[in-house]
Amino acid sequence: MALALIPALATALIAAPAAHAGLFFPEAGGSPNADSIKTLYIMVFVLALFIFVGVEGTLLYSLIKYRARKGRTAAQIHGNTKLEIGWTVGAAVILIFITTFTFIELPSIKDPKPSLIDENGNQIAQADNIQLAATDLKTPPGPSMRITVNGQQYVWRYHYPGQDNLLVYTDMVVPVGMTVLLDITSDDVAHSWWIPKLGGKFDAIPGYTNRTWFRIPLDAIPEGQKQVVFTGQCAELCGRNHANMHGRVIGMRMADYKKWYADTVAQEKVAKTDVAKQQKALQEQQSEGQ
Amino acid sequence: MAATTEPTRPGLRARPRPQIIASRVEREGQGWTSWITTTDHKKIGIMYLATVLVFFVLGGIEAMLIRSQLAVPDNTLLTPERYNQILTMHGSTMIFLVVVPVWAGFANYLLPLMIGARDVAFPRLNAWSYWMFLFGGLALYASMLFSPPEAGWFSYVPLSLKEYSGTNGQEAWIYMVHLTGLSSVLGAINFVATIHNMRAPGMGWGRMPLFVWTILIYAYLIIIALTSLAATVTMLLLDRNFGTAFFDPTQGGSALLYQHLFWFFGHPEVYIFVLPAFGVFSEILPVFARKPIFGYKAIAASTAGIAFLGALVWAHHMFATPMSTVVLAFFMLSSFLIAVPTGVKIFNWIATLWRGTVEWTAPLLFCVGGIATFTMGGITGIFVAVFPIDWQLTDSYFVVAHFHYTAFGAAAFGMFGALYYWFPKITGRMLSEKLGKISFVFVFIGFHLTFLIQHSAGLSGMPRRIYEYSDHSWTAYNLISTAGSYVLAIGVLITIINVVTATRNGALAGPDPWKANTLEWFMPSPPPENNFDVVPRVRSVEPMKDIRREIEQRSGVEQRYRAGQPLQR
Repeated sequence: MALALIPALATALIAAPAAHAGLFFPEAGGSPNADSIKTLYIMVFVLALFIFVGVEGTLLYSLIKYRARKGRTAAQIHGNTKLEIGWTVGAAVILIFITTFTFIELPSIKDPKPSLIDENGNQIAQADNIQLAATDLKTPPGPSMRITVNGQQYVWRYHYPGQDNLLVYTDMVVPVGMTVLLDITSDDVAHSWWIPKLGGKFDAIPGYTNRTWFRIPLDAIPEGQKQVVFTGQCAELCGRNHANMHGRVIGMRMADYKKWYADTVAQEKVAKTDVAKQQKALQEQQSEGQ
Repeated sequence: MAATTEPTRPGLRARPRPQIIASRVEREGQGWTSWITTTDHKKIGIMYLATVLVFFVLGGIEAMLIRSQLAVPDNTLLTPERYNQILTMHGSTMIFLVVVPVWAGFANYLLPLMIGARDVAFPRLNAWSYWMFLFGGLALYASMLFSPPEAGWFSYVPLSLKEYSGTNGQEAWIYMVHLTGLSSVLGAINFVATIHNMRAPGMGWGRMPLFVWTILIYAYLIIIALTSLAATVTMLLLDRNFGTAFFDPTQGGSALLYQHLFWFFGHPEVYIFVLPAFGVFSEILPVFARKPIFGYKAIAASTAGIAFLGALVWAHHMFATPMSTVVLAFFMLSSFLIAVPTGVKIFNWIATLWRGTVEWTAPLLFCVGGIATFTMGGITGIFVAVFPIDWQLTDSYFVVAHFHYTAFGAAAFGMFGALYYWFPKITGRMLSEKLGKISFVFVFIGFHLTFLIQHSAGLSGMPRRIYEYSDHSWTAYNLISTAGSYVLAIGVLITIINVVTATRNGALAGPDPWKANTLEWFMPSPPPENNFDVVPRVRSVEPMKDIRREIEQRSGVEQRYRAGQPLQR
C-alpha cells in the first residue's frame, strides 16, 4: 500500500505545484530560468521522495520489527557481497539520472532566451527551434538590455545602458518581455544578488563580474495594473545592516518603461542643476563672509 | 608470547611493538593538581569532554538568542551589531570548540583502550593539545568582554578586513583558530602515531574497531585541512595588521581566493566532525542489535572514500560566485560521488539492525535518530549539489536547515549516543535510561520542529544571517522554528541533569554493562591508570565477544544480562 501511495503523492505534488510554491518548491514565475530551476527541483524532489521513504521506512521497519523480545535470537550475518555491490551500483545509477536531468535543464537556465519584444515594444515572432551558432552563447539573438548591478553597503545600484549614464538605486525598472542581462559586481564587500522569482543567486564580489539574466513574461502585469513588482534582498552577509539591503525589480510595459526612463533622466538632470546652483550660492555666501 | 602462536618472521622481530612499561605503580593522584599536571589520556579525555560540554551550552545559548530574535518580524531583542556577533560566536563555537574537539575527547579516552594500548604515543603532546584548545576557546570568549568578532564563522573578506571590521574581535577569532587548529593538528599526529604503532597483538587493520578507523581518517583529514586554514587565517592576520594585500581587491588581492582557501578547509571539516560520529554509530548499532556489523570492510573503506572525495568538493560552497560552467559541473559531480560511499554506510547500518534483536536503549535511540536525521540532510544535499538548483537554495534558510541536519544529525546525535554508551566506562556509573529516553524524544522532536520548516523559509526567499525580517509569509515558519528550538533545549537540559546526577548517584556499571564487543569493556570502569595489566590477544573484530564466550565455556555459566542494567551476578 505504501508503494502505491508514493506515485500518487508524487503526481499530486506535480499536478498542483503552484499551490505549494515556497512551502515545498522554490519561487518561480518571473522568468524562464527560474521556472526551469523549479522544474529541475521538482524532478529531484520526486526522486528524493522515493529515496526518503525507502531508506527511512526500512530503518523504522527494522527498528520495530526486530525489536528484542523474549525467545528471539539475532541472525549472525557478517555481510553479503552481492547485496552490497547491488546497492552501491543502485546509488550510482540514481546519481546518473540526476546528472542527466541537470544537463538537460541547464541550457534553459544558463543561456539567456531571446526577448519577446523589440525596442519599440512590438512582439517578435518566436521560432520554437532557433538554431544557435554556439552552445555557450553569452548574448541572445535580437534585442536585449544590459544593466550593471553594483552592490554597496547596504544598497543595490543599477547602471542603465545608453548615453544618459542613468544610475538608479534599489528599484530596477525594466520592460516586460525584454531579456535583461545583468553584470553583477561590488564596490566594497561581497554581496549576493537574489530576486527569488527571477532565478538564482549570483554573488557580487569586488574585483569580479558575475553574470545572469531574466525575462519577465508579457502577461506578468495583472489586468488593469501598470507594473509588476518582484522583491528580494542581499543573500551574503555584508555587515550589520545586511538584513536591510533590499532590492526590487519592477516590470512595466514598453511605453510605460520609456516614460519612466525619460522622467528619471530628466529628474536627475534637474537635481544636478539644482546642486550646481546650490553650490554656487554657497560659494557666494562664503566669499561674502570673508 | 607471539612466537608460540604465530610463525616468526625476521621483519617482525626487527620492529618490536613500542610499549609503555611501568617499573613501579604509583598511587593515582588526587585533587586539582593531578588534573592540570596529568598526561593520562583518560584524564585529558575527560577534560576535553567537560570543556566541550561548557562550550556546547554556550553555543546553545547563542542559538537560542538567534532563534528568539527571529521568532517574530521586526524584533528588537538584539541590535544588528549584537546579532552578527552572536551569529559569529555560535558558528565558531560549535565548529571549532564543540564538534571537532568532542571527538578528540572521546578518541583520547577510548582509542588507547579500544586498541589495547596503555596510553597515546605522545602523552605530553597530548596534554599540550588540550591546553591549547582550552586557551583558544578562552581567547575567543574573552573577546565577549570587549568586542566580539562579527564577520561570521567563515569571516569572508573583504568584510573581515580592517576597513570593514575594525574591532579586535576579528584578531581574537584568528587567534582562536590558530590555537585550536594547532591543538587539533598535534592531536591528530598523536592519534595517527598511536593507531599505526600501538595496537594490541593480533589487531591487524581488518580487526580494528570501526570507531578507530574513523578516528584515523579524521586525523589525516585534520592534518590536511587545518594546516591549510592556519595559513589562510595567517594571511588574513597579515592583511589586517601588516599591510599585505593577499585578499584586498583594491590592492590587487583576490576576495575569491580567500573563499577557495577557506572551503578547502571547510568541506573536509564537515567530514572531520561527521566521520567519527559514523564510527560511533558503527560501534553502538551491532552491540544493541546483538549482531555483527554488516559489511565491516565496506564501512571502513567507505570512510576512506568519503574523506578522499570530501577533499575534492570544496567549491560547492561557492556555486553562486563567478565560476565557469566546467568548474561548476566538476564540483557538482564530485559532490554527487560522495553520496555513494555515504549511502553504502547507511545501508550497512540498516542491514546491521535487520534480523537482529534490537534493544531500544538510550544510546541506540540516539544513534538511530542520528542516522534518520543525517539521511534527510544527505537527501537535501543532493538538491544543493545540483548547482542550478543551488543558485536558488544557497545562502538561504534551506542551507541552514540542510547543514544542521547533517551536522546536528551526525555530530550531535552521535555525541549524545557516545555519551550514553561510554559514560559507564568513563565514570563507572550508569546514566538513567529513563531520563535518556525522555531526553531523546525532546531532542529528536525539537530538532525536526526547528529545522524542517526552515527548508520552506529558504524556499520562499528568506536569506541566511539576517537579524530581522518584515515579510509576513515567513512569520509562521520562524515562529514554529523558534518553538522547536526551545523543545530541543529542554532535551539537552535533561541530559545535562542526567549527567550531573548520575556522576554521584548513578547505578554502578561494572566492567561491561552493555555486553559490548570492543576491548575497552575488558577493564574495570573506570579503568586504572595503566589501562591493561595484560593486553589480550585479538582474534576478531569483536574481541570482547570472544573473551565472554571463552569465560562462558570455561565456567559453564551464561552471564545473565539485562539491557541498560549492571551485570547481574
